[in-house]
Amino acid sequence: MRYHPHTPEDERRALETIGVGSIRELFDDLPAELRDPEVDLPPGMDEAALLDHVRRLAARNETRGPDFLGGGVRRHFIPSVTPHLALQSEFVTAYTPYQPEVSQGILQATFEYQTMMCELTGLDVSNASMYDGASAAAEAALLAVRHTRRERVIVSRGVHPETREVIATYLRPLGVRLDVAELSPLTTAEPNLGDDVAGVIVQQPNFLGYLEDMRRLTDAAHAAGALMVAVVDPLSLALLAPPGEYGADVAVGDGQTLGNPASFGGPAFGFMVVREELLRQFPGRIVGETTDVDGRRAFVLTLQAREQHIRRSKAKSNICTNHQLTALMATVNVGALGPEGLREVALGSVERAHALAARLEAAGYAPLTGARFFAEFVLPVALPAEELRSALARRGVHAGVPVPAEYGLGDAVVLAATERVSDDDMEALVAALDEVGAQRRPAVARG
Amino acid sequence: MADFPLIYERSRPGRRGAQPPRPREFDVAAALGEENLRTEAPRLPEVSELDLVRHFTQLAHRQFSIDANFYPLGSCTMKYNPKVNEEAARLFQDLHPYQAPETAQGALQLMYELQADLCAITGMDAFSLQPAAGAHGELAGVLMIRAYHESRGEGEQRRVVLVPDSAHGTNPATAAMAGYEVREVPTDATGEVDLAAFQAAIGPDVAAVMLTNPNTLGLFERRILELARVAHEAGALLYYDGANLNAILGRVRPGDMGFDVVHLNLHKTFTTPHGGGGPGTGPVGVKAHLAEFLPVPVIAKRGEEYLADVDRPRSIGRLRSHFGNFGNLVRAYTYIRALGREGLRQVSGYAVLNANYLRVRLKELGFRVPFDRVNMHEFVAQPPEGLKTLDVAKALLDHGMHPMTVYFPLTVKEAMMIEPTETESLETLDAYVEALRQVLERAAADPDYLKGAPYETPVRRLDEVKAARQPVLRYRFPEPADGA
Amino acid sequence: MSTPESLRYAATHEWARKDDDGTVVVGITDFAQDQLGDVVFVELPEVGRKVVKGDTLAVIESVKTASDIYAPVSGEVVAVNDALDAKPETINESPYEDGWLFAIAPSNEAEYDELLDAQGYAATLDEG
Repeated sequence: MRYHPHTPEDERRALETIGVGSIRELFDDLPAELRDPEVDLPPGMDEAALLDHVRRLAARNETRGPDFLGGGVRRHFIPSVTPHLALQSEFVTAYTPYQPEVSQGILQATFEYQTMMCELTGLDVSNASMYDGASAAAEAALLAVRHTRRERVIVSRGVHPETREVIATYLRPLGVRLDVAELSPLTTAEPNLGDDVAGVIVQQPNFLGYLEDMRRLTDAAHAAGALMVAVVDPLSLALLAPPGEYGADVAVGDGQTLGNPASFGGPAFGFMVVREELLRQFPGRIVGETTDVDGRRAFVLTLQAREQHIRRSKAKSNICTNHQLTALMATVNVGALGPEGLREVALGSVERAHALAARLEAAGYAPLTGARFFAEFVLPVALPAEELRSALARRGVHAGVPVPAEYGLGDAVVLAATERVSDDDMEALVAALDEVGAQRRPAVARG
Repeated sequence: MADFPLIYERSRPGRRGAQPPRPREFDVAAALGEENLRTEAPRLPEVSELDLVRHFTQLAHRQFSIDANFYPLGSCTMKYNPKVNEEAARLFQDLHPYQAPETAQGALQLMYELQADLCAITGMDAFSLQPAAGAHGELAGVLMIRAYHESRGEGEQRRVVLVPDSAHGTNPATAAMAGYEVREVPTDATGEVDLAAFQAAIGPDVAAVMLTNPNTLGLFERRILELARVAHEAGALLYYDGANLNAILGRVRPGDMGFDVVHLNLHKTFTTPHGGGGPGTGPVGVKAHLAEFLPVPVIAKRGEEYLADVDRPRSIGRLRSHFGNFGNLVRAYTYIRALGREGLRQVSGYAVLNANYLRVRLKELGFRVPFDRVNMHEFVAQPPEGLKTLDVAKALLDHGMHPMTVYFPLTVKEAMMIEPTETESLETLDAYVEALRQVLERAAADPDYLKGAPYETPVRRLDEVKAARQPVLRYRFPEPADGA
Repeated sequence: MSTPESLRYAATHEWARKDDDGTVVVGITDFAQDQLGDVVFVELPEVGRKVVKGDTLAVIESVKTASDIYAPVSGEVVAVNDALDAKPETINESPYEDGWLFAIAPSNEAEYDELLDAQGYAATLDEG
């Protein structure tokens, strides 16, 4: 295929205008000895062949069947209207809105997004979105270090393991120490605070699915002069106390649950919302309201002097792009659902998760219900988690995010529910678990 | 004229749109604990589905895009985003990152093949597809360089990253984020890195040199092999910012020029949509001596099975969750396979042809070209004496055309950086020239005209000072009238 | 563009004025505020901070740019102009009077005398 429109006549006319004999001549600045390398790629394809090829690859994936996968990504119901509106050409193929006069569509939608994130989190200022929840948490850690000028960050083990890895990647080159606050047994115990701590990072609900005592942890962080960073699932905030209510300084997280497809884990978007006092330390693009010369309300990228294209090596972050389109998906989706619909999705997920835990108990399993949980919980199992997940997959059930060994729970998986889970789905899961012998015998069960 | 309403202003209590599955009877306070529940509901829009459709469709009409407008933003590579890419991405959108890998072999194979394709295109030995954007890829690249020097006991000694003064702002910002000091190297009269200054700046304290080639002036650094030799002799690594790869696809490869690390912008060269500011994708590639430091995961093949290799003890670690911006990897893969080897070569050929054509045509109009020679995929111009770049840019908006990149690079006064890309026809380029001609003509007849432009856009020039002095960053809901 | 004779100047566009009690008051020049354009935000140092000549002490932001402000003399910050928080435009309107940034109690008297006089500063502008 080709996407360039040039006819031989066009090419001739352009070359004549430029005053060269061939396209090849335009590349004469390139080192002669390196020109025209062998590039080991297959020849191009026509569209029919291309689609056949890609469909053959897609057919090697299997996404149908009952679904209990979570771990930060869940396949909630997305109304048809959401992708139809968010994926309009004008939104998909626009650049960053540096020319506000012809970018009011994206700028206003972003202003609406920022408002939505402030409402959900109960905090004052949202940026225009970030890459994902994990990198947003890492940026929050850097913000805490800048704001407090302290050099130790504490992260709860309840924070998603991959998020913790990303925080470590970002902090390492700056020489900032990263300590872990342990779980006891399913939620965060007393963190080891001191007057050297810049920030405390806790996830709500935590990676295993359980509810943290955010108020107590926030008070403890503040008593030590540290910032409290809450890593939250935005959908859960339809029901749960928002970070602003318990006094957190920064809320970050991944927006996938607000109406983005799972897409093998990306792209969705990360978000960051902060208290007003932190505005000047805040990374990323922000849209603000103003007026045009005729006095009409209009929106524009603002406070840009913090950003890399102006501050260069003194910028608050090197972040350049946000995740505009996927954040727009969330804005449209929340608009489609409204406050009541969003609450119903959250409530349905919580109800289904609790029904699932009860069904498993009735079937002789011992899900960990010693702490309150939201839409995910831990099920200890009798075989290695990866093996179990594969065995379930062979039976047409998607379930079993492995619980890493660091949690000390033995062989265990995280099970999640969404509002879409049916009673039949649950029966299929229980039957598949029984069939593969997943039930831990009481004699070998720990804890 | 009334203000265009916000979705919150269209909201009416009790109105609603989509209906998700209705939850069953459930005592949520008992399950989650009264103390954990929010006390005030979030104020979110309450609109019908049609209200929502009208709102976002009308917003879309208040927005320029490639699909509707010529968009020759220098350094941004705003080329056509093929629709078949979107079709392909949809085939993979329901995959969950925690699925059993046996049920995601197609996705993993695609990533594995894309890694190999990008190696072939760039002349590098290994790739990780994890970074979520160009700047994110830069961070990965510089962290790998850091890890490399540390592994050789030179981590303490090498504290500096050299960056040309014409570089993208992300380069110095990234170097600082990775804990490095930034030293700028000036541009010489030909628009290329000043070799003497470069030789003076390089030394045993330099960890890396970050370059883009062609550079941000759209000029090919002709002494690249010399620069690479000098850098390597001093023990520094050479970093390739892939922002301008579109210019050289299939013509010369960064790996062959001596670069040790590259990042690519799939949203520029490989047609994944910009989305109004993201998501982008910034894969990072390295030569063999840096492969062990790549961010995880790297997709591997064992026997017939594809898997995510995370067991790489010397990796710089993760930069984001899961597999990166996977949806965009599908789009880029689809694009590369559509064009194939010969098609990609034509991309650079016609991109460079179009840019040179525009350069010559703009000169004819009286625009100044500070580095007037054959350029690559883009060039930097200045408006005729007496005109401001900003004013010309704003006037173009009334012609339904997006301006060029303005005031970048910072080293050229009143810079206009123009990148037409290969997907535009000569008729479109001619129309742009004609629009600029009319702008100049109008400016000559009425000097105040440009200062007031644009006139026909949904809103006109904005008060950016007010936006920054008194930031209003969210909608303020009206206070309830009765105080209830 | 005004450059009052009574002040001293740094090549980086700060002015300095020694008051009767010996403190050195610092701001940016008329030329600098004109180049920056409309100032939208000022980040000021904390009172009590010890500084060495050349340290970055403040940041002035306009819509599209941000400029570091350097200490023209060493010493201790004894006052900052908090009124700029609410009205940063004062820097544009009155760069040499109400738009002052901070005051330093100098630790080395010689540094003040080494600064440029109005003529010397004006000469640097001509070269640029």
